[in-house]
Amino acid sequence: MLIGIDLGSRAIKLVALADGAWRQSEAQESGFDPRRQALAMLEKYPASRVVATGYGRHLAQRHFASEAITEIKAHALGARHLFPECSTILDVGGQDCKVIRLDRAGRVVNFQMNDKCAAGTGRFLEIMAAILGYDLEEFGAAALSSRHETAINSMCAVFAESEVISMKNLGLPPADIARAVHLSVANRLAAMLNRAAPAGGPLVFSGGVAKNPCLVALLTQQTGSQVLVPPAPAMVGALGAALHALGGA
Amino acid sequence: MEQFEITAYPALWEGLGMEVARFEKSRQMLSEMYRKIYLSQLNRPAGMGYFDALMAEIFGGRIEEMLAVKRAGRPVVGTFCVYIPEEVVVAAGGVCVGLCGGSQGSIPDAEKVLPRNICPMVKSAYGFKAARICPYFQTVDFVYGETTCDAKKKTWELLDRLVPTHVMEIPQMKRERDKVLWLAEVRDFKAKVEAVAGAAITAGDLAAAIRLINDKRRALQRLARLRGVRPSPISGKDALLIEQIAFYDESGRFSRKLNELCDELEGRARAGGGVAEAAAPRVMVSGTPMALPNWKVHHLLETAGAVVVNEESCIGSRYFKDLIDEGPSRLDTQLAALTERYMRIDCSCFTPNDERVEQVLKEYRQSQAQGILHYSLQFCHTYNIEEIKIREACEREGIPYLAIESDYSPEDTGQLQTRIEAFLEQIREASC
Ligand code: SF4
Ligand code: SF4
Repeated sequence: MLIGIDLGSRAIKLVALADGAWRQSEAQESGFDPRRQALAMLEKYPASRVVATGYGRHLAQRHFASEAITEIKAHALGARHLFPECSTILDVGGQDCKVIRLDRAGRVVNFQMNDKCAAGTGRFLEIMAAILGYDLEEFGAAALSSRHETAINSMCAVFAESEVISMKNLGLPPADIARAVHLSVANRLAAMLNRAAPAGGPLVFSGGVAKNPCLVALLTQQTGSQVLVPPAPAMVGALGAALHALGGA
Repeated sequence: MEQFEITAYPALWEGLGMEVARFEKSRQMLSEMYRKIYLSQLNRPAGMGYFDALMAEIFGGRIEEMLAVKRAGRPVVGTFCVYIPEEVVVAAGGVCVGLCGGSQGSIPDAEKVLPRNICPMVKSAYGFKAARICPYFQTVDFVYGETTCDAKKKTWELLDRLVPTHVMEIPQMKRERDKVLWLAEVRDFKAKVEAVAGAAITAGDLAAAIRLINDKRRALQRLARLRGVRPSPISGKDALLIEQIAFYDESGRFSRKLNELCDELEGRARAGGGVAEAAAPRVMVSGTPMALPNWKVHHLLETAGAVVVNEESCIGSRYFKDLIDEGPSRLDTQLAALTERYMRIDCSCFTPNDERVEQVLKEYRQSQAQGILHYSLQFCHTYNIEEIKIREACEREGIPYLAIESDYSPEDTGQLQTRIEAFLEQIREASC
């Protein structure tokens, strides 16, 4: 089997291919010892070749992977495989987000990553959901149900927290506040998309945050592009790494 | 060389009024950093030995040389910008030393006074003086600042409380009336230097100084040309170090040693010997200067398998690409020729500054680079905004391009590493 393993800052994801087709996949928390965790996951698969990506790719390469590629390349490969017509990828994970623009042949021509802070990442949404007492699924659904039209101003998690609390104290319905938070995240992502990939075209939205229906709706509205969400959006990087193993095997 | 250690001069430091205990820690840290970043490199040219030795004497031997100049009644002038004409100082028998700060270590000291959201280079430099942890700052007679950007010109007002700080007004445009102003500023600078030296500069002095500094710039141009050979005979880190040392070393000796190194590199190039593997992606770096010991981006690039072949920067080509016409022999025509040369520097503090875009593309071709990394220090508005035009030009020309905005802290290293590796993947794909 060919394995792609994505060692992210918060979770490790693995995709196994056999005969060039998706066979199995799984995800686990990174924990305190990502190397041990990854090895435990790999034990279950008789692998002929392992390619690592993500934050821990070099660690993996030192210990068990035969090659390491960046998240950028891995996402480009994975997204293109799932949606051959896509020209742009937006990946929003736990602690970062990135935009990747591809040329017709699927090569990376440009990419952007967010700066040092949590703004516009999964972590930001989690913090805001917790303040409002939602779990993540309820949070997206609540935001989707609201008609509220103004975004919160702050994208810094610390300031946004106080902004959300004061909205709560003003008696605004939680669903409206949820919507305001989503609007601000969507605005930020749309701006990033516009900087890195103004050309438009079909957009693949990957990463755990792509499961959020409200963000998908808002991004469709704001970019005017068709937004394509893979069936397992968090696995796109691992899939890309596995496909790279296939290419290099 | 594994034994490399920057020599300690506690008595000298004490005499300069420095915070000796604290500075000793910086000395140890810098030695460690240099061993790790520089001496771990493979395949270094033998001629780098001179520059290693100079690094080892950066906190002592070189300071003693400058103090000797000072004792002889000659000016020692600290500068922060390549617009300050060093030929004038050299003509008066003095030395110029670049004081731009490239280290995180002094930033907390600066932030006790200065706002946090300004350029790290300005903060670092100010912090060195405020905390008394830079022997060069303690040695200079005065510093000459300039009005290129807001962070600098307003910091000079505060720096003046700690060390005499004169300011040269650099215009923001390059029209006829700006040239008139500039020439007048150069004359004021000359008068100030003469007052410290206690003697007037003659046309003969200035002619000799112009030749000396032209020779230094020519030697640096030669190094730049050799880096344009495929495969490059020298690492980008070593070349950057040489460009940084150009602001500290005695110019005549520096040119001689650099030319010797270039002779060696020519031999390598003829034999087709590269410093890295032949397929290593060739990257050109463009943007804000990287002051010693800011080796962050070069180290990340070369650790990831690239070789840096050019710096379009003030610690780089902007310092040496233009020469002063050596023809004029009267002081007034010499000063006019000097000013004319300095006006050709294409810093983003000017508007418009489209010649820089042309220059970037020209250096890209000459260095046979395969991609451009634009580097801007955090909060440097002029470079950060001008970056847009560089990016557009790269898109137009189909040049792989990456823009980075960073400071001196190690915080963003992980993310920069990912971005740099992805950039190299992009270059490799584009060239196959
Ligand atoms: S970037 Fe501009 S302000 Fe800075 S040293 Fe260069 S010329 Fe001077
Ligand atoms: S890097 Fe930019 S902000 Fe910093 S001193 Fe130079 S011009 Fe000013």
